[in-house]
Amino acid sequence: MSVASEDLHTRGSGREVHEEPGGHGSFRGYMTGFLLSVVLTAIPFWLVMSDVLGSPRLTGIVVMGFAVVQIVVHMVYFLHMNTKSEGGWTILALIFTLTLVLITLVGSVWVMYHLDTNMMPADHGMHMPAAESVPVEPGTAAPPPHQHQH
Amino acid sequence: MAAHSTAALTADDFKGPGDTPVFVDTHGKHHPEGGTMLGFWLYLMSDCLIFAALFAVYAVLGRNYAAGPSPKDLFDLKLVALNTSMLLFSSITYGFAMLEMEKEKRGRMQLWLAVTGLFGLCFIGLELYEFQHLIHEGATPQRSAFLSAFFTLVGTHGLHVSLGIVWLVILMVQVQMRGLGDENKRRLMCLSMFWHFLDVVWIGVFTFVYLMGVL
Repeated sequence: MSVASEDLHTRGSGREVHEEPGGHGSFRGYMTGFLLSVVLTAIPFWLVMSDVLGSPRLTGIVVMGFAVVQIVVHMVYFLHMNTKSEGGWTILALIFTLTLVLITLVGSVWVMYHLDTNMMPADHGMHMPAAESVPVEPGTAAPPPHQHQH
Repeated sequence: MAAHSTAALTADDFKGPGDTPVFVDTHGKHHPEGGTMLGFWLYLMSDCLIFAALFAVYAVLGRNYAAGPSPKDLFDLKLVALNTSMLLFSSITYGFAMLEMEKEKRGRMQLWLAVTGLFGLCFIGLELYEFQHLIHEGATPQRSAFLSAFFTLVGTHGLHVSLGIVWLVILMVQVQMRGLGDENKRRLMCLSMFWHFLDVVWIGVFTFVYLMGVL
């Protein structure tokens, strides 16, 4: 039985195998991870601090991309994630958690965005005291009533 | 018996003595390193969900300034970059400590752990300095929803790092007193995962809160 299951395990992942599954990596591995992290941290800071791309929207997307790559680098080189440690249970737990994280983040933003656009005056999130918000110019008062109904 | 060809676990794995089925894998055959590392990993995943909730709160409330200060007015990216490098350095020095542990070199391991702790303390120190600076300027957690979410998210991360430092010091004392046995190695590996995990969360914080905040 164990022969069959080990065979399955080795065939299951085409990725490079770390020195010891579940071990502590190597000097080379840590240094690679560290250097990659430095580069992946420095570039987004540089992009934002010296406003290289010009467009905040584009910069935001690029910076998020760098963060995702850096998180993967940390997972592989520092946390030694691979598909085989603990018989694959760590990666399974990670995938499950990432699914929940995604639902939490996207769900919250999605629901609250629609709540905001449907319930607040169109002043881009600035809460005004009730007394000040009474004399609003006619054009900017509220979004058209049927714009965001789902 | 048809499961033989497809599943890693077969029906034979669940057979106890006398053909009675066994539903708990008592031999530990499929968890070769004992349950602790997997259990600790599951704890980290649950911690990840705490941070996911706090990130979601920040994503929803992060632009509600209540006519107060915005990230552009408050955040000093140079300080954040310095802080980030502290945490990154502490990650690599903890890695070096683990490598020394592998080679059974207790003294050098302790040295690297101490360096890691110092980098951690620098991180916490800089963060407290930033918080104190913000509060001094009137940007307290009570000021706006943005600041409440900010202090909760970053503060929770800082609390984790602080407790990690406490754990680190305790482990160093324990290694000094009891030596580098299997138990202490296991504990050091758990702390290693904890420490690197906090660095991963910090990537999310500096990207999502600081960098995207000032855009």
